Parts: sequence; C-alpha cells; structure tokens
Amino acid sequence: MSTSWVIRGARPLGGKAADLYVEDGALVDEAPVGAQVLDADGLVALPGLVDLHTHLREPGREDAETVETGTLAAALGGFTAVHAMANTEPVADVAGVVEQVWRLGIEAGHCDVHPVGAVTVGLAGEQLAELGAMADSAARVRVFSDDGRCVHDPLLMRRALEYVKAFDGVVAQHAQDPRLTEGAQMNEGPQSGRLGLAGWPAVAEEAVIARDCLLAAHVGSRVHFCHVSTAGSVEIVRWAKRKGWNVTAEVTPHHLLLTDDVVSSYDPVFKVNPPLRGSEDVEALREALADGTIDAVATDHAPHALEDKETEWAAAAFGMTGLETALSVVAAAMVETGRLDWSGVADRMSVRPARIGRLTAQGQPLLPGAPANLVLVDPAARVVVDPSTSASRSRNNPYAGRELPARVVATFLRGRPTVLDGKPA
Amino acid sequence: MTHPQTALPQHLLSAADLTRDAALLVLDTAEELARVADRPIKKLPTLRGRTVVNLFFEDSTRTRTSFEVAAKRLSADVINFSAKGSSVSKGESLKDTALTLEAMGADAVVCRHGASGAPHRLANWIRGSVVNAGDGTHEHPTQALLDAYTMRSRLGRIEALRVAIVGDVLHSRVARSNVLLLSTLGAEVTVVAPPTLLPVGVEHWPCAVSYDLDGVLPKSDVVMMLRVQRERMYGGFFPTTREYSRRYGLDARRMATLPDDAIVMHPGPMNRGVEIAAEVADSVRSTIVEQVANGVSVRMAVLYLLLGGGLVEATEVAA
Amino acid sequence: MTSAHPPARPVTGDPSVARPVLDAADVGRALTRIAHEIVERNHGAGDVVVLGIPTRGVSLARRVGARIDTIEAAGPTPVGSVDATMYRDDLRLRGVRALESTDIPPDGIDGKVVVLVDDVLFSGRTVRAALDALSDLGRPRAVQLAVLVDRGHRELPIRADYVGKNIPTSLTETVHVLLDETDGRDAVLLGPADLSRGETR
Repeated sequence: MSTSWVIRGARPLGGKAADLYVEDGALVDEAPVGAQVLDADGLVALPGLVDLHTHLREPGREDAETVETGTLAAALGGFTAVHAMANTEPVADVAGVVEQVWRLGIEAGHCDVHPVGAVTVGLAGEQLAELGAMADSAARVRVFSDDGRCVHDPLLMRRALEYVKAFDGVVAQHAQDPRLTEGAQMNEGPQSGRLGLAGWPAVAEEAVIARDCLLAAHVGSRVHFCHVSTAGSVEIVRWAKRKGWNVTAEVTPHHLLLTDDVVSSYDPVFKVNPPLRGSEDVEALREALADGTIDAVATDHAPHALEDKETEWAAAAFGMTGLETALSVVAAAMVETGRLDWSGVADRMSVRPARIGRLTAQGQPLLPGAPANLVLVDPAARVVVDPSTSASRSRNNPYAGRELPARVVATFLRGRPTVLDGKPA
Repeated sequence: MTHPQTALPQHLLSAADLTRDAALLVLDTAEELARVADRPIKKLPTLRGRTVVNLFFEDSTRTRTSFEVAAKRLSADVINFSAKGSSVSKGESLKDTALTLEAMGADAVVCRHGASGAPHRLANWIRGSVVNAGDGTHEHPTQALLDAYTMRSRLGRIEALRVAIVGDVLHSRVARSNVLLLSTLGAEVTVVAPPTLLPVGVEHWPCAVSYDLDGVLPKSDVVMMLRVQRERMYGGFFPTTREYSRRYGLDARRMATLPDDAIVMHPGPMNRGVEIAAEVADSVRSTIVEQVANGVSVRMAVLYLLLGGGLVEATEVAA
Repeated sequence: MTSAHPPARPVTGDPSVARPVLDAADVGRALTRIAHEIVERNHGAGDVVVLGIPTRGVSLARRVGARIDTIEAAGPTPVGSVDATMYRDDLRLRGVRALESTDIPPDGIDGKVVVLVDDVLFSGRTVRAALDALSDLGRPRAVQLAVLVDRGHRELPIRADYVGKNIPTSLTETVHVLLDETDGRDAVLLGPADLSRGETR
C-alpha cells in the first residue's frame, strides 16, 4: 500500500476543510508525488486517539482478548496508542512481562501499545514492584497502576509517588477503599436499596482521591486518578488543581452516558468497577470534562469471556468493552450536548492523555512535521451498536442496540492506514 | 368475586410486578383454594401434565416444601432440583441449568437463589414462568402475598392497616416485597430498624421509617418481626445480640403496648430470644403457624394463575 | 401475558342487537315447572340438594330451591354452588379464569340427590367439569341436571334432566341469559356471535 497520502477536504479539529499530506510517516506541507488520494469531504480529522486505560488481557486471558484483537478494536475506534493495564496473568510487575506485551503490540501493528506497570508485586499492595526496571526496559513504562485494586496502604502509596519521580513516571490510582466496598455490587443509592445489591458508596472513591491528592502534594509528585465516577471526586480534583497540585484524572465513556438505572435489568453487562452512578454524577462528570477538571477520557475497555458475564449479577465479572464505541459515546455525551467541540474532543482524547503518559509522538497538532497519527471521523453518521460485529474477542458491550452518533472512517498510524472505510486496512 | 381483565404477568419476580387488582386476584383465589385443604380429597386436577421445577440454590426446606405441596395439590409434576449434589455444585452455570430445565419442558421454575436478581436472569433464558422464591437480599414475593393473606384473614382488610416491619430491613427480601405489596394494597407501612440495618435510599420507599420500636408499637395493627441472620450478628451492624434484642426485640412487655386486635407475624425461622421472645411467638396474637398453612394456598393460587391459562393460546383467543 | 382475558362468565355479545326468546314471565314459568319436575321425579325433595354452577347457575339454583320450598313443606332445600373452573379441560385454550365460590351446604352431598343447575347447556364441558368437581366433594346418591336453556351442539354424552326451554341455535349465534340478580332483568336473548369475548354460549 502507498506510503504517501493526500487526505482531501478533511476538517482538522472540525474547522475549515483542508487537504492533509502524508509522507514517510509524517505530515508534510506539499502533496507528495504519486500519493494515494482519500476523499475526506465532510470528515473531521483529529490526532490519533490515546487511551490511558485498556485491558488487553494478554498474557493470561486470551479467551477474552489478545493484544492482536484488542489493538485492532482500538484502531477501529480511532486510537493510535493504548496503555495496556497491568492486571494480566502473570501480572505486569517485572520488565519481562511489560516487554512481552510491548513486543506483541509491535507485532500486531494496529496501534502503539504502552504497557502499564504494576505498582506493587502481584497487585497485592504489599511491596513495590521493580518500577525502575520497567521504566528502563524497552517498553519505557511511565504509567504505573494496580488498576482493579487500590493502592490502599497510605505509606506504600507515598513511597510509590515519590519513587516514580526519578523517571518522570506517574501512579494511576484505582481509588476504592477496600473496606467500604466489601462485596459491593453497584452504586450505593436508592437503586441498590431497591434491588438488594450491596452498595458501593461514593465516599469509598472520594476518600482515597482526597488522601492521594494530599499525599501527592506533600511529596511533590504527580498523581493520576483512573475512572473517576462521582460528583464528589470531581470536586476534590477541582480543589486540588486549584491549589496548583499536579493532579490529573480520567473519566470513562460509560460513566459519561449511563446511570445505575440500567442495573434494574440485573444484566451483568452493566456491572463495572467503579459502578455506574446517578444522573447528578453523570452531569458533574460531563461538566468537569468540559472545563478541564477531568483531563482525559479513558476507555477502561474490559473485555470478558461470555461465561464470566452470562451469570447472575453477583457472580459476574466487572467491566465492559469500550474501545470501538468510545468516540461515539463522547460525541453523544459531550459534542451533541454542546459541551465540547471537536477540538475539545481531540484535547481530552489525544493531547492530554498523551501528555499524562509522556508519549511524545502522540497527541500532536495536525501540522507539517508531526507524526501522521490521525483519525478521520464522520460526525454526521449514526451507528446502531452491534457487539457481534466487534473486533474485540468479547461481547460485553453495554450499548448493544443503541444508536450513537459519529463513526470512525479511517485511522492512520505513522502514515500507514490501520483502518479505511471503517474496516481494518 | 370478579376480576375483569386482570392477569398476572408471565413471571412473578417482584412484588412490584403486581397491580392492586392482580394482588387481590391472588388473595381471592387463595381464599377459594384454602378450602380445598379442608376436603377429604385435597387435590385438584388443574395442572395435570404440567411440570413445576423447584430450583433451589439455597437450602430452604420450608419454602420448597410449601411450593411442592402447592404444585402437587394442583396435580402438577414436581421436580426438585437442588443445587447440592447436582452439577450446579460442580460449577455449572445458572444459564446451563436454565437450558437443562428448558429441555425438560418446565412450565414453571420456582427459583431460590443467594444472588439478588438471579430469577430475573433465569426469566431471560427459559420460556416457562419463573417464580421468585427468594433471591439474595432482593425479594420474596410469595412470602409477601402469604403475609398479606394472613393479615386479611385475621383482620378482615389490608387497606389502611398500620403495619410495622421490624429488624434487618437492609438484608431482608421479605421486607422489600412486603413494603411494595402492602403499599400497593393500601396499608400504611413503617419499617423499624437500627440505622445500620436500613438501606441507603429507604426514604424513597413507599413507607415510613423509624428507629424507635416503642414509639411505633402502640400505633400498629400488625408487627412483622424479621429474622436476624446469624452472620449479621457478627458483622458490626450492632454491638451485641443482647443490645439488639433490648432495643428491637419483641418481648411480652412490648407486646402489651400493642392495640388489642394487633397481630404478630414472623416469616420464620425464628431466633427465639433474639428478635422475638418465646412467649410472644406462642401467644394468641402470633400468626406464625397460620402463615405456614397460608403459604400453601397462596402458592397454589400463584401457580394456578401463572399456569392455569394457556400463555400462547390465550393471546390468540383474546386477539 | 395478554391483557384481554374474558371475565369468568360474561354476558356475551351486545344484547341490544339480540332477539328475545324468553321474557321475564317465561323464565319464571320455566323455573316453576323445573321445581315441580324435580319434586315429582324424586318423590319429594327430602334428599335434594340444589347446586348452581357460577355465576348465573347459582342465582337459578336459589330460585329453584325457593320454589321447591313452596311446593314441599319439608323445610328449606339446601342450596349451594360448585365452581368447576379448576376441573375444566379448556383452561389452556384461554386466559386464566378467576375462581368462583364453591359452597356446599353443611350436611354435605353424600347420599343426597344433587341437582346441578346452569343457565345454558351447550357443549356439555362445563357440566362434565362440574361432575368431576362433585366427585371430589363427596358421593351423591344421584346427580341430575337442570338448565334454563338447552341450545344443542353437545360435544360430550351429557343430557339435561330438566330443561326450561330448548332453543335450536346455529354455532354462529350467542345465547344471552339475563337475570335480575346479575343483570337487572330476566330475559333470554339470541344474538349474533361475539367472538371478541372469547366465549360463545
């Protein structure tokens, strides 16, 4: 396939139509000779999306997802880079495992894979993993997280925050007080009381976020919060940022769109950690993403095998897929509601997550000289979500049957199309 | 006794599934069926050739037996499918179990499960009717129906009855179903519990809330004492069993503050000396033995109303 | 489940387009004659128990019982009802029915002559179900059947011992029995079929 392209008539960041020229993996200022032409009339061009929070499940649960299938789903969703979470089997807590995942990403070639290193050995929350070795490995790990588990011990968290300063790393905290959420099944509120499902109080998230903001400030580190889900969390992050502390936060697409009302079906496709919250929380999260209090949208794409979801609620695994629908959900929650324009979407889904992950080749402006990582989006399209057509190996998509706006038409990774006409290139 | 155009939904999963008319239809039908128990021949041919599966993932001899007797009095074939000793205990999923029952041709599945919502899931996978016989800490609708039946037969009405439901409301499926059903039927329900045993959001329930048993009793026509589960006794929900009993147990002294006609109910099994004193359980106000007998009639009514008509055929006739 | 189940024993069709076949006086005379026939056939009414099949059969049973009492001074004839719903063979063919009351007089039916009373005899299936119900309630010496209208079209080997009026009908017609107790007046009407109510009588 041609390595040079003329992308005709695309609207960078939703602005005026212009031609984009791609040659040798970068954007250039003149149409390359013999370039292939892609008619992008009416399409919005954004820098390739960057996900701070993806579960690729490999190694260990290749029945649910592999690096190959997960990154293909990512490319179809417009992503050119994903951060692969550490809770695999074995856990990505040593250089060997993160390098394995990193290599699998290169072999698959659908998007860049940046492994996240575990903060503690085996995610057990007792002893720091070899963070420096992972940082120095070929995978160049900068984001560390025990995601799925909270680094609950305050002293251990303090040490982790301090230690990663040596290589400009960041601890991405899964904020969940374990004692307050023992056996918890869904957001604690009127709905949990009615449904007889053990409640997951907002304070279990907020208390940890507050503590870690204070810890990060105390030791002068940066801290990132995974999937904030409550209005209270937003308030605390807003307060910490006002103080000038180096705090960042992400929100998932599903927390921007869904509320705990859907749990009344007891369909575990809606079972997720942190749980779906109330409508006031959704409102606060949208507002926070719009005003920048929340820096990034991160999918928390969490594929699960059918048998882990086709069960009674309590027995089901937490998590939902999200890579392929992320942009559409953000369009529905933020663009259609007038809270973000496409430039804002680019900022929250590409520019800022790349900055948090310290990825220099991602999230760059669509200007000559930048690496040609970009996505073309049809903003006028509407798509009915059909999980059976997903590239992911799993089918636990909570939007099945829903009509969502916007569709990814093409994705370019360093000048090479990974997706064309909405299909794998 | 006419109930024009009243029907039960296909499944009985929650007391909220029942409209006022449907609930009254169940109670009236149960009243007729109760008389069958007094006859020399206690059996009706109505559900001949129909199969009722008792699918019990939790032990509950009393509820399972009640459904079994009810189904057999209606001449249904009864299959008891208990989790213990079956493939369920070897890790078979709820879905596989459902497909097995479907293959057996179950017309109704009576499901008891430790997980809230399990009967809802089951209802997605089988064609027959699903009756929730208690799911986790969610609901137990036939218990609420038999409680309502017991109140009506003792006190002659449900409308405007003042009902106090006392104890571990947070974890009680009996409380949830009773609050929903009794409010549908026009009773004034008050839940009484220490704040640790009330769910978040209880203020949105169709009932009043109190922490003070002594304040509620003199204004109650019915007191329903909930069982204190053993695991709660050590779960930090209250300091000691003795303190719980002192503040929320029903003893003879407290019973004496009830109005003259008031009745005392308990879904069983009781912890005598914890939530209810022995002399209260055995008093004339106590309906605990009747509740068991009424359970059979009410469950007969539910099975008849769910299975007595033809589901598919009925749609055609009515069309 | 469907929302449109017919009530247990509806007045079917629209009586306003139906043609009267018996008026109130005819109904009264038919019941009086049936009462006389019962007494005559059984050589008195000493062992007779009159059981109506709900809904209108119960009203008719009460009237027949009262008429017997005016003929025979032996004392009030025991009257009750027997609901055959749980014994029907067509439960699966229609929506579920609410139960009607079964009231057996205190002395029971063992050794008695039970006169079953219904408003219309048609297929015979209701009577068949009522006979089954009776056999679970006791062992009468004999069971006899009284109906206000016999419209023919039997599907079972069942016949009435006492008939108020034989009305030959087509299957596309509907017989409406109206009684003072339930409908505010006494009459029997013959009208076009009303399949929408799911019950043709």
